Amino acid sequence: MQQIAIVAFSQSDCLARAGAANEVELIMPQLQAVYAQVGIDNAQDVDFVCSGSCDYLQGAAFAFVAGVDALGAVPPIKESHVEMDAAWALYEAVLKIRMGHADSALLYGFAKSSSGELPIVLSQQLDPYYLAPLWVDTVSLAALQARLLLESGLASERDMAEVVARSRRNALDNPHARLSGSVSVDELLAEDLFVSPLRRADCAPVADGAAAMIICTVEKAREWGVPYALLSGIDHRIETHNLGMRDLTDSVSTRLAARAAGVEDGPVEVAELYAPFSHQEIILSRALELGDDTRVNPSGGVFAGNLMMASGLSRVGEVFRRIAAGEIRRGVAHATSGPCLQHNLVAVLESAS
Amino acid sequence: MADTADTITGIECPVYLQYHFTAGRAPARFLTRIKEGVLSGQRCPRCSNVYIPPRGSCPACGVPTEEEVELPDKGTVQSFTVVAIPIPNNPIKPPFVVANLVLDGANISFIHLLSECENSEVRIGQRVQAVWKPREEWGYAMDNIRYFRPIDEPDVPVAQIGKLPVTGREG
Amino acid sequence: MSAADILSQDFELGFTYTRSTGPIVGRFLTGLRDRQIFGIRASDGRVIVPPMEYDPDTAEALSEFVQVAEQGAIVSWCWVAQPRAAHPLDEPFAWAMIRLDGADVPMIHCVAAPAEASLATGARVQAVWAPETRGFISDISHFELAGGGN
Repeated sequence: MQQIAIVAFSQSDCLARAGAANEVELIMPQLQAVYAQVGIDNAQDVDFVCSGSCDYLQGAAFAFVAGVDALGAVPPIKESHVEMDAAWALYEAVLKIRMGHADSALLYGFAKSSSGELPIVLSQQLDPYYLAPLWVDTVSLAALQARLLLESGLASERDMAEVVARSRRNALDNPHARLSGSVSVDELLAEDLFVSPLRRADCAPVADGAAAMIICTVEKAREWGVPYALLSGIDHRIETHNLGMRDLTDSVSTRLAARAAGVEDGPVEVAELYAPFSHQEIILSRALELGDDTRVNPSGGVFAGNLMMASGLSRVGEVFRRIAAGEIRRGVAHATSGPCLQHNLVAVLESAS
Repeated sequence: MADTADTITGIECPVYLQYHFTAGRAPARFLTRIKEGVLSGQRCPRCSNVYIPPRGSCPACGVPTEEEVELPDKGTVQSFTVVAIPIPNNPIKPPFVVANLVLDGANISFIHLLSECENSEVRIGQRVQAVWKPREEWGYAMDNIRYFRPIDEPDVPVAQIGKLPVTGREG
Repeated sequence: MSAADILSQDFELGFTYTRSTGPIVGRFLTGLRDRQIFGIRASDGRVIVPPMEYDPDTAEALSEFVQVAEQGAIVSWCWVAQPRAAHPLDEPFAWAMIRLDGADVPMIHCVAAPAEASLATGARVQAVWAPETRGFISDISHFELAGGGN
């Protein structure tokens, strides 16, 4: 099977509001950055392009098509789109390369979710008969999950606050962070409840922005002459949409995806997990069976800023960056989609040398 | 339990979502200028194509566009259709003409209305000019131009449409 | 070129969808209109409320409807101190996973309660019907703590 190399990654600053910028203006700087990393000119120089975005988030019909204006699609290019986080665009591109239909691919994800009331917009992705008409927002669903976890004794509010404190501290080294700093667990626990049992601090700060990545065959990476990381495994699994039928204190889909991706086949030096709520990082770390020797979210994870539709791809990008820089040899990246960690993707990245 | 005769088979599920739309830097610049009665496009630094309305990129080359180009309000019909059905919430009565127009000095078309013409005489290559609303009604909108109307200039050969300089037919 | 003004505007996006219910959802909603709550029996015997068309474990088509009680117990809940404009209740309230008596799988709905402190996992709640029912999930207006609940 064709080996996949990750050769370039860039992400924007995590902005509370992208202000004047439209989707093209959000995407383009990231595309230019990844082109520069491998020394190519535009999307004509890769075999396949795939993006991840969700038009509902900004309320602009066919914003994902407008995004193509950033690519240089004359003459026409091979292009695809997922209405999901761009981590799933990565998955599609991996298949394309493994099937021999492409040697290289450009991926990007973007969102300007500040245009709408995100937790309410996302309520409309729920069951259209039983839940969407009630407008159950995503923060509340996460809070239901958090209470189940707390009352099962698998985690405490202090454990959740520790996730937040560590993430914000790690985010001090992340130049794109929207939120970072030193805050103590006790200070966090002293904050008011938001949607109990969640505090505002337990909810990753949502951000506007974009991220882009280039992947290719190992041969192409050598031709480009750039440092690369091998994507040695990738898999994704989804659970039933019926929240009442899931064990919300566990992430069965993450466990299965991790096994299929080969997480346990070697040491996990770094794990970048897409946990939009603090308790979800605890659930994911358990599902991935991470030990004390794994650094979880050294970038601050999405507590540095949750770039909707790009945070999953950025998790992969963060692990790639560390491997390409020679900082680590093996790491795991995770992406999620849907309420309460419904759908999970796990990727394993390794040093090529 | 109700019998099948009055069993629910369909439901109304209206969804209304509130947003705050931002035009983007390039479109905002275009709309700011059209409020002043100026048609302003952007030129690609690579292929030199001029786009109006601009989106901040050259969709052909995939590079940012920054150079601003002021364009005249004269152009050419690239394509058109005669519409026989009313536009919802619009006072224009059918049949009316909707056309793809290319301004002189621009390389891509935009859509606008064509009026003050015999619908049966509208044709590709026909020369047109904007009919503006009174200045006091100008806003951040393309409908500062009420419509385009034919002008007395020779038709542009098909191969030349979208390739005229800003000085137009005489350039 | 000079910097552009930021041009922005509020707008409402409306999707005026109608949805076909199919026989399973339709029968559940018909039950709500008649102020009755029906679940469906899954392959393993569990009763799922609201009913699903297919078993999530086996993908088997489900058809055995089971009427369940209007009362049940809270499995998990969260307190919404500041309701959002779109939420079904204007005063602070709870979202809850509620396992109705006779059901095995909890359903999600809202619970009106005087204060956060009055709620707890395991608390007994009772459906409150809308003044007029029409065959819609909000025919159950909300749940409230059952009188004399423990």
